[in-house]
Amino acid sequence: MGFLEQLSRDFQNNIIAGDRYMMLLRGLGTTLLIALCAAIIGIVLGSVIALMRLSNFRLGKRFYPFRAISSFYVDVIRGTPMVVQLMIMYYIILAASSLSKEVIAIISFGLNSAAYTSEIVRGGILAVDKGQSEAGRSLGLSASQTMLLVVLPQSVRIVIPSLFNEFIMLLKETSVVGFIGLMDLTKAGDFIRSRTYAAFFPLLSVAVIYFVIVSILTRVFARIERGLRKGDGRTI
Amino acid sequence: MAEPFEESTLIETIDLQKHFGSLHVLRGINQQVKRGEKVVVIGPSGSGKSTFLRCLNLLEEPTGGTILFEGADITAKHTDINRVRRKMGMVFQQFNLFPHMTVLQNMVLAPVRLKVMPRPEAEEKAMGLLTRIGLKEKADQYPRALSGGQQQRIAILRALNMNPDIMLFDEPTSALDPEMVGEVLDLMRQLVNDGMTMVVVTHEMGFAREVGDRILFMDEGLIVEEAPPAQLFAAPRKERTQRFLEKVL
Repeated sequence: MGFLEQLSRDFQNNIIAGDRYMMLLRGLGTTLLIALCAAIIGIVLGSVIALMRLSNFRLGKRFYPFRAISSFYVDVIRGTPMVVQLMIMYYIILAASSLSKEVIAIISFGLNSAAYTSEIVRGGILAVDKGQSEAGRSLGLSASQTMLLVVLPQSVRIVIPSLFNEFIMLLKETSVVGFIGLMDLTKAGDFIRSRTYAAFFPLLSVAVIYFVIVSILTRVFARIERGLRKGDGRTI
Repeated sequence: MAEPFEESTLIETIDLQKHFGSLHVLRGINQQVKRGEKVVVIGPSGSGKSTFLRCLNLLEEPTGGTILFEGADITAKHTDINRVRRKMGMVFQQFNLFPHMTVLQNMVLAPVRLKVMPRPEAEEKAMGLLTRIGLKEKADQYPRALSGGQQQRIAILRALNMNPDIMLFDEPTSALDPEMVGEVLDLMRQLVNDGMTMVVVTHEMGFAREVGDRILFMDEGLIVEEAPPAQLFAAPRKERTQRFLEKVL
Protein backbone atom coordinates (compact mmCIF):
# COMPACT_ATOMS: atom_id res chain seq x y z
CA MET A 1 0.00 0.00 0.00
CA GLY A 2 1.43 3.34 -1.09
CA PHE A 3 2.00 6.32 1.14
CA LEU A 4 -0.62 8.43 -0.61
CA GLU A 5 -3.19 5.69 -0.29
CA GLN A 6 -2.50 5.47 3.45
CA LEU A 7 -2.81 9.23 3.74
CA SER A 8 -6.12 9.26 1.97
CA ARG A 9 -7.50 6.53 4.18
CA ASP A 10 -6.39 8.36 7.32
CA PHE A 11 -8.08 11.50 6.09
CA GLN A 12 -11.23 9.51 5.38
CA ASN A 13 -11.20 7.97 8.86
CA ASN A 14 -10.36 11.09 10.82
CA ILE A 15 -12.21 13.84 9.04
CA ILE A 16 -14.97 12.46 6.85
CA ALA A 17 -16.16 9.36 8.68
CA GLY A 18 -18.94 9.93 11.20
CA ASP A 19 -19.22 13.53 9.97
CA ARG A 20 -16.19 14.40 12.05
CA TYR A 21 -15.63 17.57 10.03
CA MET A 22 -18.97 18.77 11.35
CA MET A 23 -17.58 18.40 14.83
CA LEU A 24 -14.65 20.61 13.89
CA LEU A 25 -16.96 23.20 12.33
CA ARG A 26 -19.23 23.26 15.37
CA GLY A 27 -16.10 23.66 17.51
CA LEU A 28 -15.05 26.55 15.33
CA GLY A 29 -18.46 28.12 15.88
CA THR A 30 -17.99 27.89 19.64
CA THR A 31 -14.50 29.36 19.37
CA LEU A 32 -15.72 32.31 17.31
CA LEU A 33 -18.75 32.90 19.54
CA ILE A 34 -16.65 33.03 22.70
CA ALA A 35 -13.97 35.23 21.15
CA LEU A 36 -16.44 37.68 19.65
CA CYS A 37 -18.60 38.11 22.76
CA ALA A 38 -15.53 38.30 25.00
CA ALA A 39 -14.01 40.96 22.75
CA ILE A 40 -17.12 43.11 23.10
CA ILE A 41 -17.03 42.81 26.90
CA GLY A 42 -13.29 43.47 26.74
CA ILE A 43 -13.65 46.70 24.79
CA VAL A 44 -16.48 48.11 26.88
CA LEU A 45 -15.04 47.12 30.25
CA GLY A 46 -11.49 47.85 29.11
CA SER A 47 -12.45 51.42 28.22
CA VAL A 48 -14.08 51.88 31.62
CA ILE A 49 -10.96 50.56 33.35
CA ALA A 50 -8.75 52.82 31.24
CA LEU A 51 -10.80 55.87 32.24
CA MET A 52 -10.63 54.77 35.87
CA ARG A 53 -6.86 54.49 35.65
CA LEU A 54 -6.67 58.04 34.32
CA SER A 55 -9.23 59.42 36.76
CA ASN A 56 -8.23 62.37 38.91
CA PHE A 57 -10.86 61.66 41.55
CA ARG A 58 -9.09 61.85 44.87
CA LEU A 59 -9.86 61.05 48.48
CA GLY A 60 -7.74 62.97 50.93
CA LYS A 61 -4.31 64.15 49.90
CA ARG A 62 -3.15 61.50 47.48
CA PHE A 63 -5.44 58.48 47.43
CA TYR A 64 -7.00 57.91 44.01
CA PRO A 65 -9.56 55.13 44.60
CA PHE A 66 -10.42 54.52 40.92
CA ARG A 67 -6.78 54.32 39.95
CA ALA A 68 -6.07 51.93 42.80
CA ILE A 69 -8.96 49.58 41.98
CA SER A 70 -8.25 49.50 38.26
CA SER A 71 -4.52 48.99 38.51
CA PHE A 72 -5.05 46.23 41.06
CA TYR A 73 -7.44 44.56 38.63
CA VAL A 74 -5.02 44.79 35.73
CA ASP A 75 -2.17 43.46 37.88
CA VAL A 76 -4.18 40.45 39.05
CA ILE A 77 -5.39 39.53 35.56
CA ARG A 78 -1.99 39.98 33.96
CA GLY A 79 -0.25 38.20 36.79
CA THR A 80 -2.17 34.92 36.55
CA PRO A 81 -2.60 32.45 33.67
CA MET A 82 -5.79 32.59 31.65
CA VAL A 83 -6.53 28.87 32.21
CA VAL A 84 -6.34 29.33 35.95
CA GLN A 85 -8.73 32.30 35.77
CA LEU A 86 -11.11 30.25 33.64
CA MET A 87 -11.11 27.33 36.08
CA ILE A 88 -11.49 29.58 39.11
CA MET A 89 -14.48 31.19 37.43
CA TYR A 90 -16.05 27.82 36.55
CA TYR A 91 -15.23 25.76 39.61
CA ILE A 92 -15.36 28.44 42.31
CA ILE A 93 -16.88 31.82 41.56
CA LEU A 94 -19.72 30.70 39.30
CA ALA A 95 -19.84 27.08 40.48
CA ALA A 96 -23.27 27.55 42.03
CA SER A 97 -24.69 29.48 39.10
CA SER A 98 -26.89 27.99 36.44
CA LEU A 99 -24.99 29.74 33.63
CA SER A 100 -23.96 27.63 30.67
CA LYS A 101 -20.32 26.84 30.09
CA GLU A 102 -20.31 29.09 27.05
CA VAL A 103 -21.48 32.06 29.09
CA ILE A 104 -18.93 31.36 31.82
CA ALA A 105 -16.17 31.17 29.20
CA ILE A 106 -17.36 34.42 27.63
CA ILE A 107 -17.33 36.15 31.01
CA SER A 108 -13.87 34.82 31.86
CA PHE A 109 -12.31 35.77 28.56
CA GLY A 110 -14.11 39.11 28.57
CA LEU A 111 -12.75 39.97 32.01
CA ASN A 112 -9.29 38.89 30.93
CA SER A 113 -9.33 40.76 27.66
CA ALA A 114 -10.59 43.89 29.42
CA ALA A 115 -7.35 44.13 31.39
CA TYR A 116 -5.21 44.04 28.26
CA THR A 117 -7.60 46.26 26.31
CA SER A 118 -7.57 48.84 29.10
CA GLU A 119 -3.81 49.23 28.69
CA ILE A 120 -4.26 49.72 24.94
CA VAL A 121 -7.02 52.28 25.42
CA ARG A 122 -5.07 54.09 28.14
CA GLY A 123 -2.11 54.38 25.81
CA GLY A 124 -4.39 55.68 23.07
CA ILE A 125 -5.84 58.37 25.33
CA LEU A 126 -2.39 59.45 26.51
CA ALA A 127 -1.17 59.58 22.91
CA VAL A 128 -3.59 62.39 22.07
CA ASP A 129 -1.79 65.71 22.36
CA LYS A 130 -2.38 67.50 25.66
CA GLY A 131 -3.21 70.67 23.73
CA GLN A 132 -6.39 68.99 22.51
CA SER A 133 -7.88 68.59 25.96
CA GLU A 134 -6.64 72.04 26.94
CA ALA A 135 -8.43 73.50 23.94
CA GLY A 136 -11.61 71.66 24.90
CA ARG A 137 -11.44 72.77 28.52
CA SER A 138 -10.58 76.36 27.57
CA LEU A 139 -13.83 76.53 25.59
CA GLY A 140 -15.73 75.64 28.74
CA LEU A 141 -16.36 71.96 28.01
CA SER A 142 -16.29 69.80 31.13
CA ALA A 143 -13.64 67.14 31.63
CA SER A 144 -16.01 64.37 30.57
CA GLN A 145 -17.33 66.29 27.55
CA THR A 146 -13.75 66.95 26.49
CA MET A 147 -12.90 63.27 26.87
CA LEU A 148 -15.97 62.12 24.98
CA LEU A 149 -16.06 64.68 22.17
CA VAL A 150 -12.42 65.62 21.69
CA VAL A 151 -10.00 63.01 23.03
CA LEU A 152 -11.70 59.62 22.59
CA PRO A 153 -12.61 60.07 18.90
CA GLN A 154 -8.93 60.69 18.24
CA SER A 155 -7.82 57.77 20.43
CA VAL A 156 -9.99 55.34 18.49
CA ARG A 157 -7.87 55.73 15.38
CA ILE A 158 -4.73 55.24 17.40
CA VAL A 159 -5.83 52.08 19.22
CA ILE A 160 -7.58 50.20 16.43
CA PRO A 161 -4.51 48.32 15.13
CA SER A 162 -3.66 47.18 18.68
CA LEU A 163 -7.26 46.19 19.36
CA PHE A 164 -7.29 44.04 16.23
CA ASN A 165 -4.10 42.40 17.41
CA GLU A 166 -5.64 41.80 20.83
CA PHE A 167 -8.63 40.13 19.17
CA ILE A 168 -6.40 37.71 17.29
CA MET A 169 -4.58 36.82 20.51
CA LEU A 170 -7.92 36.36 22.23
CA LEU A 171 -9.22 34.10 19.48
CA LYS A 172 -6.27 31.76 19.85
CA GLU A 173 -6.31 31.96 23.63
CA THR A 174 -9.83 30.54 23.73
CA SER A 175 -8.26 27.17 22.81
CA VAL A 176 -8.04 26.43 26.54
CA VAL A 177 -11.82 26.28 27.11
CA GLY A 178 -11.56 22.50 26.89
CA PHE A 179 -10.40 22.72 30.50
CA ILE A 180 -13.99 23.35 31.58
CA GLY A 181 -15.34 20.78 29.14
CA LEU A 182 -16.38 23.03 26.27
CA MET A 183 -16.13 21.61 22.78
CA ASP A 184 -14.33 24.36 20.91
CA LEU A 185 -12.22 23.87 17.80
CA THR A 186 -9.16 22.64 19.72
CA LYS A 187 -11.14 20.30 21.93
CA ALA A 188 -12.97 18.89 18.91
CA GLY A 189 -9.69 18.00 17.25
CA ASP A 190 -8.42 16.44 20.44
CA PHE A 191 -11.65 14.48 20.82
CA ILE A 192 -11.30 13.02 17.34
CA ARG A 193 -7.70 12.08 18.09
CA SER A 194 -8.79 10.23 21.20
CA ARG A 195 -11.30 8.24 19.15
CA THR A 196 -9.21 7.38 16.11
CA TYR A 197 -5.86 7.11 17.87
CA ALA A 198 -4.36 9.14 15.04
CA ALA A 199 -3.08 12.59 15.89
CA PHE A 200 -1.90 13.82 12.52
CA PHE A 201 -5.09 14.83 10.69
CA PRO A 202 -7.22 16.01 13.59
CA LEU A 203 -4.57 18.27 15.07
CA LEU A 204 -3.24 19.51 11.76
CA SER A 205 -6.76 20.35 10.64
CA VAL A 206 -7.27 22.35 13.80
CA ALA A 207 -4.05 24.27 13.20
CA VAL A 208 -4.93 24.94 9.55
CA ILE A 209 -8.40 26.21 10.47
CA TYR A 210 -6.98 28.63 13.07
CA PHE A 211 -4.41 29.78 10.57
CA VAL A 212 -6.96 30.40 7.82
CA ILE A 213 -9.30 32.29 10.15
CA VAL A 214 -6.49 34.49 11.47
CA SER A 215 -5.23 35.13 7.92
CA ILE A 216 -8.67 36.23 6.80
CA LEU A 217 -9.05 38.48 9.85
CA THR A 218 -5.62 39.99 9.30
CA ARG A 219 -6.55 40.89 5.76
CA VAL A 220 -9.92 42.35 6.72
CA PHE A 221 -8.34 44.37 9.54
CA ALA A 222 -5.58 45.66 7.27
CA ARG A 223 -8.20 46.89 4.84
CA ILE A 224 -10.15 48.66 7.59
CA GLU A 225 -6.96 50.29 8.89
CA ARG A 226 -6.11 51.52 5.40
CA GLY A 227 -9.57 53.03 5.16
CA LEU A 228 -9.13 54.79 8.48
CA ARG A 229 -5.76 56.17 7.47
CA LYS A 230 -7.03 57.48 4.17
CA GLY A 231 -8.27 60.73 5.67
CA ASP A 232 -4.99 61.19 7.50
CA GLY A 233 -3.00 62.56 4.63
CA ARG A 234 -0.36 59.90 5.27
CA THR A 235 1.08 57.91 2.41
CA ILE A 236 1.99 54.75 4.30
CA MET B 1 -23.53 109.87 25.30
CA ALA B 2 -20.64 110.28 27.68
CA GLU B 3 -18.23 107.45 28.34
CA PRO B 4 -18.80 105.85 31.73
CA PHE B 5 -16.43 107.60 34.06
CA GLU B 6 -15.16 104.57 35.91
CA GLU B 7 -13.48 101.87 33.93
CA SER B 8 -14.64 98.52 35.23
CA THR B 9 -12.17 95.83 36.16
CA LEU B 10 -12.73 92.60 34.27
CA ILE B 11 -10.05 90.44 35.81
CA GLU B 12 -7.84 90.94 38.80
CA THR B 13 -5.08 88.84 40.31
CA ILE B 14 -4.03 89.28 43.91
CA ASP B 15 -0.66 87.88 44.97
CA LEU B 16 -0.90 85.13 42.33
CA GLN B 17 1.55 82.31 43.02
CA LYS B 18 2.44 79.17 41.11
CA HIS B 19 4.84 76.42 42.09
CA PHE B 20 5.80 73.50 39.89
CA GLY B 21 7.21 71.21 42.55
CA SER B 22 10.13 73.13 44.01
CA LEU B 23 10.11 75.59 41.10
CA HIS B 24 8.58 78.93 42.00
CA VAL B 25 7.23 80.14 38.66
CA LEU B 26 4.94 82.98 39.70
CA ARG B 27 6.04 84.95 42.75
CA GLY B 28 3.07 87.12 43.49
CA ILE B 29 1.41 88.86 40.56
CA ASN B 30 -0.94 91.73 41.30
CA GLN B 31 -2.68 92.90 38.17
CA GLN B 32 -5.94 94.33 36.96
CA VAL B 33 -7.26 94.18 33.44
CA LYS B 34 -9.97 96.70 32.64
CA ARG B 35 -12.82 96.02 30.27
CA GLY B 36 -11.65 96.79 26.74
CA GLU B 37 -8.01 97.01 27.76
CA LYS B 38 -5.24 95.39 25.71
CA VAL B 39 -2.48 94.08 27.92
CA VAL B 40 0.63 92.64 26.32
CA VAL B 41 2.99 90.47 28.34
CA ILE B 42 6.60 90.24 27.22
CA GLY B 43 9.69 88.76 28.77
CA PRO B 44 12.39 86.15 28.29
CA SER B 45 11.39 82.50 27.99
CA GLY B 46 10.96 80.88 31.36
CA SER B 47 9.90 84.17 32.90
CA GLY B 48 6.45 82.80 33.74
CA LYS B 49 4.43 84.82 31.24
CA SER B 50 2.66 81.81 29.70
CA THR B 51 2.02 80.37 33.15
CA PHE B 52 0.53 83.69 34.22
CA LEU B 53 -1.80 83.66 31.22
CA ARG B 54 -2.77 80.02 31.74
CA CYS B 55 -3.58 80.73 35.37
CA LEU B 56 -6.13 83.33 34.34
CA ASN B 57 -8.53 80.65 33.08
CA LEU B 58 -7.18 78.05 35.51
CA LEU B 59 -5.61 75.82 32.86
CA GLU B 60 -2.84 76.00 35.43
CA GLU B 61 -4.10 75.90 38.97
CA PRO B 62 -2.48 78.64 41.02
CA THR B 63 -0.85 77.44 44.22
CA GLY B 64 -1.55 80.71 45.98
CA GLY B 65 -3.33 84.01 45.68
CA THR B 66 -6.69 84.96 44.25
CA ILE B 67 -8.14 85.62 40.81
CA LEU B 68 -11.27 87.72 40.49
CA PHE B 69 -13.18 87.55 37.23
CA GLU B 70 -16.07 89.97 36.86
CA GLY B 71 -15.90 90.42 40.61
CA ALA B 72 -16.15 86.74 41.53
CA ASP B 73 -13.32 84.75 43.08
CA ILE B 74 -12.74 81.98 40.53
CA THR B 75 -10.07 80.30 42.67
CA ALA B 76 -12.70 79.58 45.33
CA LYS B 77 -13.63 75.94 45.83
CA HIS B 78 -17.28 76.16 44.77
CA THR B 79 -16.58 77.98 41.49
CA ASP B 80 -17.94 76.32 38.36
CA ILE B 81 -14.82 76.89 36.29
CA ASN B 82 -16.42 75.55 33.10
CA ARG B 83 -18.97 78.34 33.29
CA VAL B 84 -16.25 80.94 33.81
CA ARG B 85 -14.19 79.64 30.89
CA ARG B 86 -17.07 80.20 28.47
CA LYS B 87 -16.42 83.88 28.95
CA MET B 88 -12.68 83.59 28.39
CA GLY B 89 -11.50 82.67 24.94
CA MET B 90 -8.03 81.21 24.63
CA VAL B 91 -5.69 80.91 21.67
CA PHE B 92 -2.71 78.57 21.84
CA GLN B 93 0.69 78.58 20.23
CA GLN B 94 -0.02 75.25 18.53
CA PHE B 95 -3.57 76.22 17.39
CA ASN B 96 -5.04 73.00 18.84
CA LEU B 97 -7.88 72.75 16.37
CA PHE B 98 -9.69 69.43 16.68
CA PRO B 99 -8.32 67.39 13.75
CA HIS B 100 -11.30 65.02 13.56
CA MET B 101 -13.76 67.85 12.97
CA THR B 102 -14.28 70.23 10.11
CA VAL B 103 -13.66 73.93 10.54
CA LEU B 104 -17.35 74.57 11.09
CA GLN B 105 -17.68 71.67 13.54
CA ASN B 106 -14.70 73.02 15.46
CA MET B 107 -16.40 76.37 15.75
CA VAL B 108 -19.88 75.24 16.81
CA LEU B 109 -18.94 72.36 19.12
CA ALA B 110 -18.69 74.33 22.36
CA PRO B 111 -21.49 76.89 21.82
CA VAL B 112 -23.94 74.14 20.87
CA ARG B 113 -22.92 71.57 23.48
CA LEU B 114 -22.88 74.18 26.23
CA LYS B 115 -26.22 75.56 25.05
CA VAL B 116 -24.83 79.05 24.59
CA MET B 117 -26.84 79.20 21.39
CA PRO B 118 -28.83 76.77 19.23
CA ARG B 119 -27.01 75.07 16.36
CA PRO B 120 -28.44 77.14 13.50
CA GLU B 121 -27.47 80.34 15.26
CA ALA B 122 -23.98 79.03 16.09
CA GLU B 123 -23.46 77.98 12.49
CA GLU B 124 -24.71 81.26 11.15
CA LYS B 125 -22.40 83.18 13.47
CA ALA B 126 -19.48 80.94 12.53
CA MET B 127 -20.12 81.41 8.82
CA GLY B 128 -20.31 85.15 9.38
CA LEU B 129 -16.93 85.16 11.11
CA LEU B 130 -15.39 82.95 8.41
CA THR B 131 -16.73 85.24 5.71
CA ARG B 132 -15.23 88.21 7.48
CA ILE B 133 -11.72 86.72 7.27
CA GLY B 134 -12.25 85.35 3.76
CA LEU B 135 -12.22 81.67 4.70
CA LYS B 136 -15.89 80.90 4.14
CA GLU B 137 -15.08 78.23 1.57
CA LYS B 138 -12.97 76.35 4.16
CA ALA B 139 -15.94 75.68 6.45
CA ASP B 140 -16.25 72.02 5.50
CA GLN B 141 -12.55 71.25 5.32
CA TYR B 142 -10.49 69.54 7.96
CA PRO B 143 -7.76 71.52 9.75
CA ARG B 144 -4.91 69.50 8.19
CA ALA B 145 -5.89 70.89 4.78
CA LEU B 146 -5.19 74.43 5.99
CA SER B 147 -2.01 76.43 6.38
CA GLY B 148 -0.75 77.28 9.86
CA GLY B 149 -1.92 80.86 9.51
CA GLN B 150 -5.39 79.75 8.46
CA GLN B 151 -5.54 77.24 11.32
CA GLN B 152 -4.59 79.85 13.87
CA ARG B 153 -7.11 82.36 12.54
CA ILE B 154 -9.81 79.71 12.74
CA ALA B 155 -8.69 78.86 16.28
CA ILE B 156 -9.27 82.52 17.11
CA LEU B 157 -12.72 82.41 15.52
CA ARG B 158 -13.54 79.22 17.40
CA ALA B 159 -12.92 81.08 20.65
CA LEU B 160 -14.85 84.13 19.43
CA ASN B 161 -17.86 82.01 18.53
CA MET B 162 -18.50 81.61 22.27
CA ASN B 163 -18.98 85.39 22.63
CA PRO B 164 -16.21 85.71 25.21
CA ASP B 165 -15.67 88.80 27.35
CA ILE B 166 -11.91 88.46 27.15
CA MET B 167 -9.43 86.78 24.83
CA LEU B 168 -6.20 85.24 26.07
CA PHE B 169 -3.43 84.74 23.52
CA ASP B 170 -0.52 82.45 24.35
CA GLU B 171 2.23 83.26 21.85
CA PRO B 172 -0.22 82.96 18.96
CA THR B 173 2.35 83.53 16.21
CA SER B 174 5.34 81.66 17.61
CA ALA B 175 4.64 78.41 15.76
CA LEU B 176 3.95 80.06 12.43
CA ASP B 177 6.10 80.41 9.35
CA PRO B 178 7.17 84.05 9.08
CA GLU B 179 5.00 84.76 6.05
CA MET B 180 1.89 83.75 7.99
CA VAL B 181 2.45 85.88 11.05
CA GLY B 182 0.96 88.95 9.36
CA GLU B 183 -2.46 87.47 8.66
CA VAL B 184 -2.88 86.36 12.28
CA LEU B 185 -1.78 89.73 13.65
CA ASP B 186 -4.20 91.41 11.22
CA LEU B 187 -7.08 89.43 12.67
CA MET B 188 -5.96 90.31 16.17
CA ARG B 189 -5.91 93.98 15.16
CA GLN B 190 -9.52 93.62 14.07
CA LEU B 191 -10.39 92.35 17.55
CA VAL B 192 -8.56 95.32 19.00
CA ASN B 193 -10.68 97.63 16.87
CA ASP B 194 -13.83 95.81 17.97
CA GLY B 195 -12.94 96.71 21.54
CA MET B 196 -12.26 93.16 22.74
CA THR B 197 -10.45 92.88 26.07
CA MET B 198 -7.20 91.07 25.38
CA VAL B 199 -4.24 89.68 27.24
CA VAL B 200 -1.50 88.73 24.81
CA VAL B 201 1.73 86.90 25.52
CA THR B 202 3.96 87.50 22.55
CA HIS B 203 7.44 88.00 21.16
CA GLU B 204 6.13 90.34 18.46
CA MET B 205 7.46 93.62 19.85
CA GLY B 206 6.12 95.66 16.94
CA PHE B 207 2.63 94.35 17.56
CA ALA B 208 2.96 94.92 21.29
CA ARG B 209 3.98 98.52 20.75
CA GLU B 210 1.23 99.09 18.22
CA VAL B 211 -1.84 97.68 19.99
CA GLY B 212 -0.93 97.41 23.67
CA ASP B 213 -2.53 99.83 26.11
CA ARG B 214 -0.13 98.54 28.69
CA ILE B 215 2.97 96.37 28.46
CA LEU B 216 3.96 94.05 31.28
CA PHE B 217 7.58 92.99 31.33
CA MET B 218 8.00 89.75 33.27
CA ASP B 219 11.14 88.10 34.51
CA GLU B 220 11.68 85.31 37.02
CA GLY B 221 8.04 85.10 38.00
CA LEU B 222 7.53 88.76 38.69
CA ILE B 223 6.27 91.74 36.79
CA VAL B 224 9.42 93.79 36.70
CA GLU B 225 8.00 96.80 34.94
CA GLU B 226 4.70 97.90 33.48
CA ALA B 227 4.00 100.97 31.39
CA PRO B 228 2.28 102.16 28.24
CA PRO B 229 4.25 100.96 25.21
CA ALA B 230 5.59 104.36 24.24
CA GLN B 231 7.21 104.68 27.63
CA LEU B 232 8.32 101.10 28.15
CA PHE B 233 9.93 100.66 24.76
CA ALA B 234 11.46 104.15 24.55
CA ALA B 235 12.54 104.67 28.12
CA PRO B 236 12.49 101.51 30.24
CA ARG B 237 13.25 102.35 33.84
CA LYS B 238 14.50 99.00 35.06
CA GLU B 239 17.86 97.65 34.07
CA ARG B 240 16.49 94.15 33.38
CA THR B 241 13.92 95.58 31.00
CA GLN B 242 16.62 97.53 29.20
CA ARG B 243 18.80 94.43 28.81
CA PHE B 244 15.89 92.41 27.45
CA LEU B 245 14.81 95.08 25.00
CA GLU B 246 18.36 95.56 23.74
CA LYS B 247 18.39 91.89 22.80
CA VAL B 248 15.03 91.68 21.09
CA LEU B 249 14.67 95.05 19.37
